[in-house]
Amino acid sequence: MTKAIPQGTYFWQGNKACAEGAITAGCRFFAGYPITPASEIAEHLAKRLPQVGGIAIQMEDEIASLGAVIGASWAGAKAMTATSGPGFSLMQENIGYAFMTETPCVIVDIQRAGPSTGQATKCSQGDVMQARWGTHGDHTMIALSPNSVQEMFDLTIRAFNLAEKYRTLVVLLADEIIAHMREEITTPPSEKIEVVNRKKPEKTEKAFFGSQEIPPMPAVGEGYNVPVTGSTHNETGHRYTADPIVHRQLLERLVGKIERNADQLVYYEGYNVDDCEAGIISYGCTSRAIYETVEFAEKTGIKVGFIRLKTLWPFPDRVVWEMAQNAKMLFVPEMNLKQLFYEVKRAVEGAVPVFPINKIGGGEMITPEELLSEIVRRTRNLD
Amino acid sequence: MTERFSARKYLRDIKLPFCLGCGDYTVTNCFLRAVHELEHKDLSKFVFCSGIGCASWIPSPYFKADSIHTTHGRSIPVATGVKLVRPDLNVVVFGGDGDLVGIGLSHLIHAARRNLDITVIMVNNMVYGMTGGQVAPTTPLKAKTTTTPYGNFEYPLDAARLVTTAGASHVARWTTAHIEQLKEAMKKALRTKGFAFVEAVSQCPTAFGRRVGLKTAADMLRWLKKNSVPLKEAERMAEEELIGKIVVGEFVHRQLPTFTDAVYEVIREAKKSA
Repeated sequence: MTKAIPQGTYFWQGNKACAEGAITAGCRFFAGYPITPASEIAEHLAKRLPQVGGIAIQMEDEIASLGAVIGASWAGAKAMTATSGPGFSLMQENIGYAFMTETPCVIVDIQRAGPSTGQATKCSQGDVMQARWGTHGDHTMIALSPNSVQEMFDLTIRAFNLAEKYRTLVVLLADEIIAHMREEITTPPSEKIEVVNRKKPEKTEKAFFGSQEIPPMPAVGEGYNVPVTGSTHNETGHRYTADPIVHRQLLERLVGKIERNADQLVYYEGYNVDDCEAGIISYGCTSRAIYETVEFAEKTGIKVGFIRLKTLWPFPDRVVWEMAQNAKMLFVPEMNLKQLFYEVKRAVEGAVPVFPINKIGGGEMITPEELLSEIVRRTRNLD
Repeated sequence: MTERFSARKYLRDIKLPFCLGCGDYTVTNCFLRAVHELEHKDLSKFVFCSGIGCASWIPSPYFKADSIHTTHGRSIPVATGVKLVRPDLNVVVFGGDGDLVGIGLSHLIHAARRNLDITVIMVNNMVYGMTGGQVAPTTPLKAKTTTTPYGNFEYPLDAARLVTTAGASHVARWTTAHIEQLKEAMKKALRTKGFAFVEAVSQCPTAFGRRVGLKTAADMLRWLKKNSVPLKEAERMAEEELIGKIVVGEFVHRQLPTFTDAVYEVIREAKKSA
């Protein structure tokens, strides 16, 4: 097998699907550091990337891993690393650097229960806010949230495409359950898979860091003499560390190129969005319980709708707001202590009550029964 | 060599940022002379990576070349990614002692252990200069700095020996008072296949010298020269005698398999077996 995985139906682990998705998207450089529950991605890529002419290395820590990925990206390769919460924390400084230097790359974070070493083998959704606000300073982020092995494949490809299109880093914010479970997955024929590549400059271009909303990106060694810096810089990449205007313009563009395009970046699955008594806003492994919940609820005579978010950042304000116009109340089940809940509340702007449903520890999921009982209690005013 | 040396040929037309009397001027000059004497007409075959600190400003953005100015201490990991994807380019890292053997030490050791095919130029001014003169892992014992007002109570790190032990292909240390030797060491480093490390012990009159009684660059250079001990001579000296001395010379030069070669060998094998 010297190329991307052929079209077919497979029975794969989520992490393997992620690794194969990366290869399909054109990833040819991986650098990582062992960590549960993400290590299978490194292991699979260590075997597979060299077969397709790619490079897979293990670095001395997560800081170095993302550093090598950034270097590889500037050398022209599509590059990725994979980690979990503790490693994701170590990467935060270079995440800010990748954002500031507009370095396309993908970071896979397989969430586990924290903080600190926490429950290292158990699932959680505790990095939602770390993905958004982990690095210092003003910035924004693209983070995708898969809820199946199929989406570990599909959204990894999409993560690379968005990284290349918007010239930024993209986080695939998966979780231990999705990463470690095995299910059926179908890979499409290669001609059906959209693969996006970064825009390259014309020979005479110099504005690699401005003038256009998403500037073209040269690679090192192509003769552009490009100065790359994490300090505030002008359009050609030269440092301007005192000028207020240069800083404002740069950050407005870096944040704006993602937030202005938020509507195009928002992917979700909706059901009864425009008419329901109770609406569920859900994502990742937790969202696997909503289908049965809807079924149970309908038998009980409660019309339940849901939005299952595949994009967490930029937060899909409009979609959530629209549901709030048509539902009586919203529920936000999460395997953390209310991280996306406040975002939903903010987006709803007080239109309807929003109720959190939270469960942490031991990797235990929120069951459809638990979801349903909370929905029944609230909609039937059983308190 | 017919063309006369001119540093300007390799520099962008912007003013260098260093303080008056800074050793970074000397290191810049030695490096560009080395490049010139190796007959590189320009820097198009080079990529420079640097971290945070005065020495990291040597290539970025002043060299007319591709340069990646990374986060503090992480220039070597970034250089690793660049070199593996573009093994045909000369990847050179510039950094200070704080950057490379303070915050970034583990990357330096691992790059030497892997024998990553890059050149690292470490300007060791024995202090955190850019932040105003705080104690560094390389500060001599008893030296006064802004964070050791009663004198440094830690032993300094011997970076050149450390990197030699870790597995580097080429290691040399000179001072900015030894410009010819420094330039020659850089030339040899740039010709080395494998991990090459050149430590340039350098003067920082602004943030170090004036606090240890060496007010000017000239005072500091005289002090560097006086305190330098050639490697051969140092081997005959007792450990206590060497405290406060700068051992200069070539620590190692050897041919070893490189990381880049190993990685591409894996790719060739994997493609065959796939």
